[in-house]
Amino acid sequence: MAEVKTKGEVIFNRAAIVAVLIALVIMLTPIFWIGATAFKPRNLATTAPPTVFFEPTLSPFAKLFTKRSQLREPVDEATYAAAPWWEQLIYDGGESVVRNKKTGEATSSGYGNRYMNSLIVSIISTFLAVSMGTITAYGFSRFRVPGEQDWLFFILSTRMLPPIVVAIPMFLMYRAVGLYDTHVGLIILYTAFNLSFAVWIMKGFIDEIPREYEEAALVDGYTRLQAFRKIVLPEALTGIAATAVFCFITAWNEYAFALMMTSRNAQTAPPYIPSQVGSGLSDWTVIASGAFLFLLPVAIFTFLLRNHLLRGMSFGAIRK
Amino acid sequence: MARIELSGINKSYGASRALRDLNLVVEDGEFFVLLGRTGAGKTTTLRMIAGLEKPDTGSVSIGDHDVSGWTAAERDVALVLQQYSLYPRLTVRGNLEFPLRAPGRKFSDAEIKARVEKAATTLQITHLLDRKVERLSGGEMQRVSIGRAIVRQPSVFLMDEPLSALDAKLRESLRVELKKLHSDLGATFLFVTHDQVEAMSMGDKIGVLRQGRLVQVGTPADIYERPLNTFVARSVGSPPMNLIDGRLSGGMADLGKFQLPVAANARGEGAVTFGIRPENVVLAPGAPGEARIFDIEDQGVVKILVMDMGDARLHVTVPAGTHVQRDEVVRFGWKADRVVTFDKESGANLALG
Ligand SMILES: Nc1ncnc2c1ncn2[C@@H]1O[C@H](COP(=O)(O)OP(=O)(O)O)[C@@H](O)[C@H]1O
Ligand SMILES: [Mg+2]
Repeated sequence: MAEVKTKGEVIFNRAAIVAVLIALVIMLTPIFWIGATAFKPRNLATTAPPTVFFEPTLSPFAKLFTKRSQLREPVDEATYAAAPWWEQLIYDGGESVVRNKKTGEATSSGYGNRYMNSLIVSIISTFLAVSMGTITAYGFSRFRVPGEQDWLFFILSTRMLPPIVVAIPMFLMYRAVGLYDTHVGLIILYTAFNLSFAVWIMKGFIDEIPREYEEAALVDGYTRLQAFRKIVLPEALTGIAATAVFCFITAWNEYAFALMMTSRNAQTAPPYIPSQVGSGLSDWTVIASGAFLFLLPVAIFTFLLRNHLLRGMSFGAIRK
Repeated sequence: MARIELSGINKSYGASRALRDLNLVVEDGEFFVLLGRTGAGKTTTLRMIAGLEKPDTGSVSIGDHDVSGWTAAERDVALVLQQYSLYPRLTVRGNLEFPLRAPGRKFSDAEIKARVEKAATTLQITHLLDRKVERLSGGEMQRVSIGRAIVRQPSVFLMDEPLSALDAKLRESLRVELKKLHSDLGATFLFVTHDQVEAMSMGDKIGVLRQGRLVQVGTPADIYERPLNTFVARSVGSPPMNLIDGRLSGGMADLGKFQLPVAANARGEGAVTFGIRPENVVLAPGAPGEARIFDIEDQGVVKILVMDMGDARLHVTVPAGTHVQRDEVVRFGWKADRVVTFDKESGANLALG
């Protein structure tokens, strides 16, 4: 497209690009810092000025998943050579793995479990919130629901309190019904939390899909459900992707409830990372590696859905 | 057999009443046109028949069955809309196949292919089959929409202003094609429009709808020559029927400054509204009527004169060869046997009352 630009527009464009670059640098620096620290040997993590060039090591990641103790003196070469690769990495970092006295197995730090918990809870609650939200939104969009406006407001009102306000009553209820420290408990909580959001966003998207499409399908011999699947779902895919990313990020990053409602069994990754900061000798490389791994799923998920998101982020404006 | 019958249909949306006590019969194989302005309830009527909307009261039957309780899928009708009938994600072929691939219809792939090809040939869209719907022009889209309706070979076609969004020339040619399609298929067509030219040129029968009420049903000639009331008289014809207030007494229409004769059997007495079609007003030297020409519209074959006659404005169709000028005062009469008399208050045609 050949567009004629005035001099003013050219200057404005350049200024805009510079502004975007500055914003990017400000936003990406912490992420770069976390990423770099996650691959540093421990002695380079806290140097001043910061070390920019170093030989990357996976030692922090090996430490992240295990319980370790400080080595008083370096291990002998035979022991080192006999150890598996991850244990060698820990030896490289000047520590040794704590092993079970009876079985001799390495003790886990718990991060792996928590990470799995995060994945389970986030994926399932996202799936539930988006699917239930889409169907509910379809109902609100297509059928005359008595008191529709009141219902929609009521649904949204669940998001108006800061979560911490309801945390204590929730905690007491959860303990009473046995949902405390369970995956199901967290999944219910996150699903409920995200559902209101999913209903509102999806209603916006579904309202934009002309109902004539489905009605043509109904007349053509499809049932309401088949028409929904064949016509509405494909048209709503952009909205579903955008909603899923938002719900996933909310569930994945949730901290307050995860801290209050879980302890050993179902605790997710977010409360774990800060718990490591306070434990005496903070190994920043381990904390950084934990945070780095924690960033990955959201980054990957967002990347996979990027084509939908670019259109979805502009919400109502997706249709030509 | 696919006779459509609506009886006693009422439908309200909140406080607004979309249809009021609607009774309508479309005979098997008929091309029925429902004519009405925006908001008259045309779309609502079609949606009732298609099963997309439930009447508050009344029943719908198609063929020998009361289909009031049937779903849209069970009714086996086809619906063509002004727009949004086609799925933007699919190709033309995909759209044509869509109704045939509905679960519950068991057509073989060969049968589907054959039907799609046949519909495409009929509508001359074979070259478009593999094109994405988004890349079609408006006229092509409507052809494909009609194609989508005919592949299933339903016995009832419902069309909601399918030509309204097209330009005049295209509209004219599709009108002809639709008529031909109707006579080839022999199916029942219910065609909805706000365009009286479309209604007059296509319908075997016309139903005039006004504010949810069916005002008159009849052949185009009935509607044109014997309008039930002044509303129908104004609804058809271009320009529409002239309506002039006056007095009827002793077989003469008293129009204030002059009198014109009416047929001996004209009904009414005293204050009435006279109706006369533009082509039934004749300019003639020495005729009793007198008017001043306000505007002349040359349409090629004919000229349409807009004439001022006191407060009333009169439209007159004259042969193109007629020589008149603006502001010229002309004398005119009318064909006495073509004058229609309406009640001045209710607007009802006194001859039909
Ligand atoms: N879904 C609806 N909700 C509220 N009012 C409606 C709805 N559908 C139609 N109406 C009203 O019913 C009347 C008839 O509408 P419609 O059948 O679409 O008219 P037409 O097709 O003749 O233009 C209008 O007054 C319209 O506002
Ligand atoms: Mg309409």
